[in-house]
Amino acid sequence: MELEVMRYDPEKDDAPWFQSYSVPCEEDWAILDAINYVKENIDTTLSYRWSCHMMVCGSCGMMVNGEPSLTCKTFIRSLPDKVRIEPLENFPIERDLVVVLDDVMQKLHKVQPYIIRKDDPPENEEYQQSRGALAKFKQYTMCINCMCCYSACPQYGLSNDFIGPAALALAHRYNLDSRDQGKSQRLDILADHDGVWDCSFVGACSEVCPKDVDPAAAIQQMKIDGAMEFWKQKLGFPGGKS
Amino acid sequence: MSRQPYVRPLSKTTWYMRNGRYKRYMLREVTCILVAIYCFISIVGLAALADSPERWAEFLAEFTGPGWVVFHALSLVFYLFFMTFDWFKLAPKAMPLQLGDQKLPDQFIVIGHYVAWIVVTLAIFWLTGVI
Amino acid sequence: MQTIQTDIVIVGAGGGGLRAAIAIAEANPELNIALISKVYPMRSHTCAAEGGAAGVKGADDSLDLHFDDTVSGGDWLCDQNVVEYFIEQAPRELVQLEHWGCPWSREDDGSVAVRAFGGMKKKRTWYAADKSGFHILHTLFQTSLQFPSIKRYDEYFALELLHEDGKCRGVVAMEMRSGRFFQFNSPVVIMASGGGGQVFPFTTNGAIKTGDGMAMAYRAGVPLKDMELVQYHPTGLPGTGILLTEGCRGEGGILINKDGYRYLQDYGMGPETPIGEPVLKTMELGPRDRLSQAFWHEQKKGNTVETPWGDCVMLDMRHLGEKKINERLPLVRELASSYVGHDPVTDLVPVRPVIHFMMGGIDCNIAGETRMPGLFALGETACSGLHGANRLGSNSLTDLLVSGKRTAQQACAFAEAAGGSSDDPALTAQAESIVTGIRELLQQSGGDESISGIRREMKTALEAGAGIYRDEEGAATACEKIAGLRQRYRAIEVHDKSNVFNTDLQQALELRNMLDVAETIAEGSLERRESRGAHQRLDYTERDDVNFLKHSLCFRQPDDRPRVEWMDVTITRSKPGVRDYSGGKKK
Repeated sequence: MELEVMRYDPEKDDAPWFQSYSVPCEEDWAILDAINYVKENIDTTLSYRWSCHMMVCGSCGMMVNGEPSLTCKTFIRSLPDKVRIEPLENFPIERDLVVVLDDVMQKLHKVQPYIIRKDDPPENEEYQQSRGALAKFKQYTMCINCMCCYSACPQYGLSNDFIGPAALALAHRYNLDSRDQGKSQRLDILADHDGVWDCSFVGACSEVCPKDVDPAAAIQQMKIDGAMEFWKQKLGFPGGKS
Repeated sequence: MSRQPYVRPLSKTTWYMRNGRYKRYMLREVTCILVAIYCFISIVGLAALADSPERWAEFLAEFTGPGWVVFHALSLVFYLFFMTFDWFKLAPKAMPLQLGDQKLPDQFIVIGHYVAWIVVTLAIFWLTGVI
Repeated sequence: MQTIQTDIVIVGAGGGGLRAAIAIAEANPELNIALISKVYPMRSHTCAAEGGAAGVKGADDSLDLHFDDTVSGGDWLCDQNVVEYFIEQAPRELVQLEHWGCPWSREDDGSVAVRAFGGMKKKRTWYAADKSGFHILHTLFQTSLQFPSIKRYDEYFALELLHEDGKCRGVVAMEMRSGRFFQFNSPVVIMASGGGGQVFPFTTNGAIKTGDGMAMAYRAGVPLKDMELVQYHPTGLPGTGILLTEGCRGEGGILINKDGYRYLQDYGMGPETPIGEPVLKTMELGPRDRLSQAFWHEQKKGNTVETPWGDCVMLDMRHLGEKKINERLPLVRELASSYVGHDPVTDLVPVRPVIHFMMGGIDCNIAGETRMPGLFALGETACSGLHGANRLGSNSLTDLLVSGKRTAQQACAFAEAAGGSSDDPALTAQAESIVTGIRELLQQSGGDESISGIRREMKTALEAGAGIYRDEEGAATACEKIAGLRQRYRAIEVHDKSNVFNTDLQQALELRNMLDVAETIAEGSLERRESRGAHQRLDYTERDDVNFLKHSLCFRQPDDRPRVEWMDVTITRSKPGVRDYSGGKKK
């Protein structure tokens, strides 16, 4: 297999360039195995992130033939003989295949992704939560923060201010959790500029998500939530912000 | 000791040419122009209707002419493939329904939309005397 | 080099490090916490744990039963005071995690569900589908975002401990993105950097598990305890080593050899239980060390299945049905289908034992205190004596929470008493010399050794000499081999000379840490002349409670093989007995 890998060392290069490697592959390999082969046997200077190799840590997101992908989950049996590997789109390149993730880390923080309570939790025992209540938000807990969705999202590409799919899906996860009481507090941030209304439902994020989190769904549902919340507050209904 | 993160620019005018997914999305968005055109036609038609039976007949003759019929046909195709089918496919995302422990599979909501659409279409055809 | 003054440094932002950070921030928001991690916190290997976290829950369960299961599971090498504290705190910590939003799986009535797990007499493993570690990690990470006193230093690679007069004074770390070095002055350092499974060739552990914290403490003069006790998880995927949780067996999966025979009953874990109705603590729900050892014997007898990835046994989950597998083991289904092309709903899945966990680690007590005042350790990095010679599945995730909180309490008190960090020229000089050493490593060229070559040889040596079964000659060979590799390490070349995100340099430094860890594993395997738990000797097949009811302590000796000493195990109420995993003896 022929790998064309984007390289960039800011201490040597003005701009990124492509380097070709020829890799003898086993048929059950993921593309990450091919990249690891390059690093171990051909070129130890190649920098990239990876760890678990089992689709849970989210480190190894890269562009594979123009598609944001989790490289430990992208198998060479489904790829052509020539593969182009680039760092995730819409992020600045730090070095080779490593991108700068400061912005999304800050966004994760911004949406207040933790249980917010007005009342105290039950003492010495768990909240009762039915299976149905768990099912409501379960898929949104699956996000591994691989940031492939940000790479796919043209709105984020055009304006980095957009809070973005993963962060918004995470906010929705907490909004839907029966143990949380912070929905209106979060919606203040989410229904604001750069929040859910920057999304025009391209839907690319959900298509590339390796864990089927479906952030696009989360965002559209929060648009409805945001609108309802607005009218609740405007018309003074109970359940609006106290 | 020098970081220099490299920003790959995304063109504000041609970003959608990047891949098939984006191109399809833009085609969906472009249907809004068709919507605008049909709004305009509706307004003209209403005005004609309000004016006189002659104006109304002129309006009908104009907009059922051969050129316009081709336009209507193409628009219908556009609407179907780049708007209706796409929006129906995306509908379950915006309105998840839950039955007990399980989420209702998306197909039910999509099928529900198609059924409602067919019913409404048939109703309109009946009301307007087409059937 | 930039200097940062702080009250507490935590190295490692996995489940344990995050739990400790939260505990400190809650207890005393005035204390400045520097949470240093070489990866973003959600990449920590806690995310790969699947099965669950144990804590007494059912009405028919008791703390005593959890205690007995743990101590006998650990083949009586556990420090029983630690176990007592652990089992008592476990339920409380798990409830706390639930309050913080962890999406535990539920029973019909809405209470948290518990499942069966290996070596446990009762069902007490809290689980979140088969992604328990992932959910625990993300819950802790997201909860930690509320506390402004936790200052995170993501992708900072901690290099060495700073210490003066035998006291801990902080750490030196390298910011990966810029290659700049930072001196963190702090009276308290908590090591929570995980284990070092990457020293072995077949492991469930991710790339980052290189034993960095263990090596740093070791180099600073703190001994590593019980390092020879490394756990093989019986059901890893061949080739990649990817973990298939013990929960597969908890839900009813069975292990069969090439003849379709459930071979475990031949190894003291019978009689055969009905398929799909697992009986706790027997057959497939026996402890991990016994199951892995059974594989070794089957392989020797020629009963294993030959696959493209080597010899395996087969895990049969077909009788569980698609619905149950999708509900309780969805990740397992995806992993088996993607990586070995076998869907557990319809096929047998090839599995083999792979290195999974290190019972050993930095010697510390029940409160995470090490011999160096100010230096603490928790989680897999530490060896508090909780797991003994063999860890029971689902005890380690709970340990992150319990030891995370307990160590934090102790560290908090220490930091408050210390009243801030201080700087002095000697300390700065120490930091400078560490940095100089790293720079020299980066610059040196002309060497004929490669990082990947030495790493491969180290892995091969350990697998051969410190594998599932060991003997005098094999272990001695491994010790010599590792010593030789440490010498040859000096001739490596780091080809990447950049300062920006230099993963070549990172791998060289990780290799140095791994060689330190490997040396202690080999030495311990040689010196523990008995068989106990996960450490099995072909030449000393019995447990020797007279000479070896002790922890091994490995002390570093620069330019020489390590020195091994022995320390008594704390026995409170359970005298060493027989580990009985045979269902037949019940009555």
